[in-house]
Amino acid sequence: MGERFLMKGNEALAEAAIQAGCRHFFGYPITPQTELAAYMSKRMPKVGGTYLQAESELAAANMVLGCSSAGCRAMTSSSSPGISLKTEAISYMAGSDVPALIINVQRGGPGLGGIQPSQADYWQATKATGHGDFQILVFAPATVQEMVNLVGKAFDLGDKYRMPAMILADGMLGQMMEPVEIPDGSDLKLPEKPWATNGHQNKREHNIINSLYLTPQALEKLVKERFERYEIIKKNEQMAEEYLTEDADIIVVAYGASARVSHSAVDLARAQGIRAGLIRPITLWPFPTDALQKAAQTAKKFLCVEMSMGQMIDDVKLSINCSKPVAFYGRTGGMIPTPEEVLDEIIKLGGEK
Amino acid sequence: MSTNYNMILAGFGGQGILFAGKVIAYAGLMEDKEISWLPSYGPEMRGGTANCSVCISDKAIGSPLVTAPNALIAMNLPSFDKFIDTVVPGGTVVVDSFLIDKKVDREDVKAFYVPATKLAEENGLKGLANIILVGKLFKELGFCSEESLYKAIEKCVPARKANMLELNKKAIKIGMEQ
Repeated sequence: MGERFLMKGNEALAEAAIQAGCRHFFGYPITPQTELAAYMSKRMPKVGGTYLQAESELAAANMVLGCSSAGCRAMTSSSSPGISLKTEAISYMAGSDVPALIINVQRGGPGLGGIQPSQADYWQATKATGHGDFQILVFAPATVQEMVNLVGKAFDLGDKYRMPAMILADGMLGQMMEPVEIPDGSDLKLPEKPWATNGHQNKREHNIINSLYLTPQALEKLVKERFERYEIIKKNEQMAEEYLTEDADIIVVAYGASARVSHSAVDLARAQGIRAGLIRPITLWPFPTDALQKAAQTAKKFLCVEMSMGQMIDDVKLSINCSKPVAFYGRTGGMIPTPEEVLDEIIKLGGEK
Repeated sequence: MSTNYNMILAGFGGQGILFAGKVIAYAGLMEDKEISWLPSYGPEMRGGTANCSVCISDKAIGSPLVTAPNALIAMNLPSFDKFIDTVVPGGTVVVDSFLIDKKVDREDVKAFYVPATKLAEENGLKGLANIILVGKLFKELGFCSEESLYKAIEKCVPARKANMLELNKKAIKIGMEQ
C-alpha cells in the first residue's frame, strides 16, 4: 500500500481523474464543487493537460462533447443547478455515443436552492439527464477513497459502452477530508477509439459524430440498439454493498452520504438486538436490482433513507415488485439525517429484538 | 479511555480553525485510526463562525458531521454559544478565555480556560492561538501520542512555510503547559 494522506473529496476526485488519464477538464465554479476545478487549474498544466474555465456550464459541457468526440478522456464537474445547465450537452453525448465523465457534487434544490449537501438529483441522474430516450452510468461513492476508485471505473465503463458516466456525490463528500490512497496511473494504457473524429489523414474513412437523425426509422433503430447495450449493462455492471443483510428483518437502503449515516444506524440497532441490515447501491444506474431481489426473499421490510423527499424509493419498490413494504425516511434542503433519527425509523417499523 | 473522539472546533474565519482540525485529523491518521474532517462551508464563514467536525475512531465513521461532540474548542463567543449545549455530558471544552469572557454554566462537562490569543502574542506566536488550544486539548484527552501530534504538524505545515514548523511545535508545548 502506498502512503495514505488526507484529501478533500473534491480534490481526490480531481487527482483520481488525472491518474485515470484524463487530460481535459472544462468547468465553471460552483459551491460545493469549486475545489475540484481549483485543483484541476493547478494540476492540469503540470501534466500537460488542459484546464479551461468556460464562460458558462453550457459551454463547458459542450466542450466536453467536442473533446470526447476527438477520442480524449474529458470531464466536467458542477453542482446541482450547474448540472441542470449541462443536461442538454449530456443528452447530445448520449445521442452521439460519446463517453465522458460528469461529476455532480449535489446541493439542495430546486432552483438555486442552498449550498449544503443533498441527494435530490437522483431522478435527474438516473431518469432524465436531458431529453430523449437514454441512460447514463451513475456511480454513488460513500467515502473519499471510493470516490477515487469509481472515477477510474466510470471512465473505463464509459469508454467500453460509449456512453456518459456520472459520479453522483454531494456537498458532504466533496468537502470532507478522509485518508485516501491514489492509484498511480503512469503505466495506464487507454483503449483505442477507432470511432473518434481525430483526423484521418486520408488513411481511413472519415468518422462522423452526430445525434441528428431525421429519418424516424433510422433513429428508432439506433435507439433500440442503444437499449440493447443498456440491457447488457444492467446484467453485468450492477454494484452494491451488502451489510448484515443475511439475517436481517429490516433492510435499510441508502447510497452515498445517507448510507454512511444508515450504516451507523444499523450498528445502533444491532446493539439493541434488532436484526437490521443495509444495502448500499454503488451504481444507481444500473440499479442493483439483483441485490434487492435476493434480500426481499428473507427481509420483512425495507427502509429507504435519502437526503431528498424520496426518489430512489421508486427504484427500490420496482426492484422487488413491491413484494415487501418499503418505508421512507429523508431529510432535504441541505439537512443531513442523524444515525439516531434513522434508528428511530427502524424501531418504528417494529424491528424485532 | 474512550477511543472515539467526535470534536468540533469553532471560531472566526482566519483563526486557523480548519487548520487546527486538520492537525488533529492527521494525528489520528498517524496512528492508523479511522478519521474524518468536515468543514462548515456556508455563508456563515464570512464574518460569523467557521467550524469543523473531526472524528477519530477505531471503526469506520458514519456521518462525519458532529452534532454531539465529546470535545469542543471554542475561539469566539458566537461559536461558544452555538455549540456549548451540544457537548455530551462528560465532554471536554477548551475555551480561548482571552476572546470569550464567559464561563461554561454546565456542571457535567470539563471546561478549561486558556487565554490562547494572549499567550500567542506574548510568545511571538501570533496566529497560533489555535495550535495552543490543540496542545491543551491534547494534554487533557491524549487523543494520540505526542510523537504523532508533532508528525501531524509536519504533515500540515507546507514546505514553503518550513519556518512555521518549530513555531507550531512551540505552540503545542505552551498549550500543554496550561
